[in-house]
Amino acid sequence: MATWRVAVSGECVASGSCLGIAPAWFARRADGQSYPTSVLIEENAAVLDAAACCPVEAIRLSDAETGEPVELA
Amino acid sequence: MFHPSAEMKELQRSKPVVQVELPDGSTSWLITRYDDVRQVLVDPRFSRAATVGRNVRRIGPASASGDSILSKDPPEHTRMRRLVAGAFTARRVEALRPRVTKLVDEFIDHMFTLPQPADLVENFSLPLPVQVICELLGVPAEDRHIFHEWSDGILGDESRDPQEIEEAFARLSGYFGRLIATKRAVPGDDLMTALIAARDAEDRLSEAELVGLCLTLLIAGHETTANQINMFLLVLHEYPEQLERLRANPEMIPQAVEELMRFAQLGTSGGGLPRITTEEVELGGVRIPEGAAVIPVLTVANRDPALTTDPDRVDVARPLTTHLAFGAGVHHCLGAQLARMELQEALRGLLGRMPRMELATPADELTFKNGMVVRSLRALPVRW
Repeated sequence: MATWRVAVSGECVASGSCLGIAPAWFARRADGQSYPTSVLIEENAAVLDAAACCPVEAIRLSDAETGEPVELA
Repeated sequence: MFHPSAEMKELQRSKPVVQVELPDGSTSWLITRYDDVRQVLVDPRFSRAATVGRNVRRIGPASASGDSILSKDPPEHTRMRRLVAGAFTARRVEALRPRVTKLVDEFIDHMFTLPQPADLVENFSLPLPVQVICELLGVPAEDRHIFHEWSDGILGDESRDPQEIEEAFARLSGYFGRLIATKRAVPGDDLMTALIAARDAEDRLSEAELVGLCLTLLIAGHETTANQINMFLLVLHEYPEQLERLRANPEMIPQAVEELMRFAQLGTSGGGLPRITTEEVELGGVRIPEGAAVIPVLTVANRDPALTTDPDRVDVARPLTTHLAFGAGVHHCLGAQLARMELQEALRGLLGRMPRMELATPADELTFKNGMVVRSLRALPVRW
């Protein structure tokens, strides 16, 4: 099982979509933008869903070892 | 028309989480503060799926069917949302901007050929978003006159005869059923064709979900944007100093769109889609029991001093980091980026090319369609 690096870019528009889809993996800062509760995680379907549903594609998932982006489709 | 009711503002001040009896005799919890509304929208203990089949105050097509994407919770909701999310990302929407700019120009060109006053609803604010969503979905825009009446029927609020709403829903479903059959035979380069492939080749959607999704995208994709264009113009004409400021500084338009979305009272009741609690929840210090209907009042939450200072003043230069006009959480408006872009281009076109536009009928004499969930103008006569 791969380890992923999770990041939320400054493009986040505070839709809260990830907070609803993967509540254990994302939280909300005071300004409304989301951040990952853990930067390094075991690959996870809910986090993948959250990244695929983000309206501004602000959630970046990459393979922690290779740095390759995780395919969202 | 420009502000939430005094009763709603008072609830926000003194009883932000309160159980009320609605006109139909049912009881619901009204939630009016920004932080509480945001929690209702994001917290999975407030369920949309649990409202199906329950006598919850109806708002729009969502309550018509459990097959609707608006009536599902994760993970079912996520399965459907993933099929369409890619078509509405900021990146994909940006690629559509030149086309929208061109459409804006064409509709304004056409208005210049009309005698004054001319109706902005019929000639601009309605056909623009209809054309955009039809092209994206693959629906013939010339069918607008057929489906728009059904769309109005489906968007009826609690004052409409439920049977009338069901009939409109059935007619529009039938329309999409026929269109889907046509596209199965002759696929196009559009979202509907992609959704048909997701149904037929990958079995990721049921047939009822496919029809429901197309219908929801079509309705949600135009009625709100069309009326938001109207509401923006009404607000700007009510506060002419804001209008002047924006005309003089069109680079402020993206920021102004966010402020106008926050300020404008598009929803007639202000309510977001109702939720039902799946367990007892404490919200703002109040215990809400399991199985309770909860209505997050978005338009009032957007006027909460906790969100921004002096919230009942419209200020196109307001530095706003967020608002709730598109909702939040898993049901955050799928078309939010598209709506933003269309609203920006609509304002840019109208303020730039019709800089002296004025309302030919005073705002307080304009009439809205009865029994609609959004403030839907019958007509907006303008001169330029």
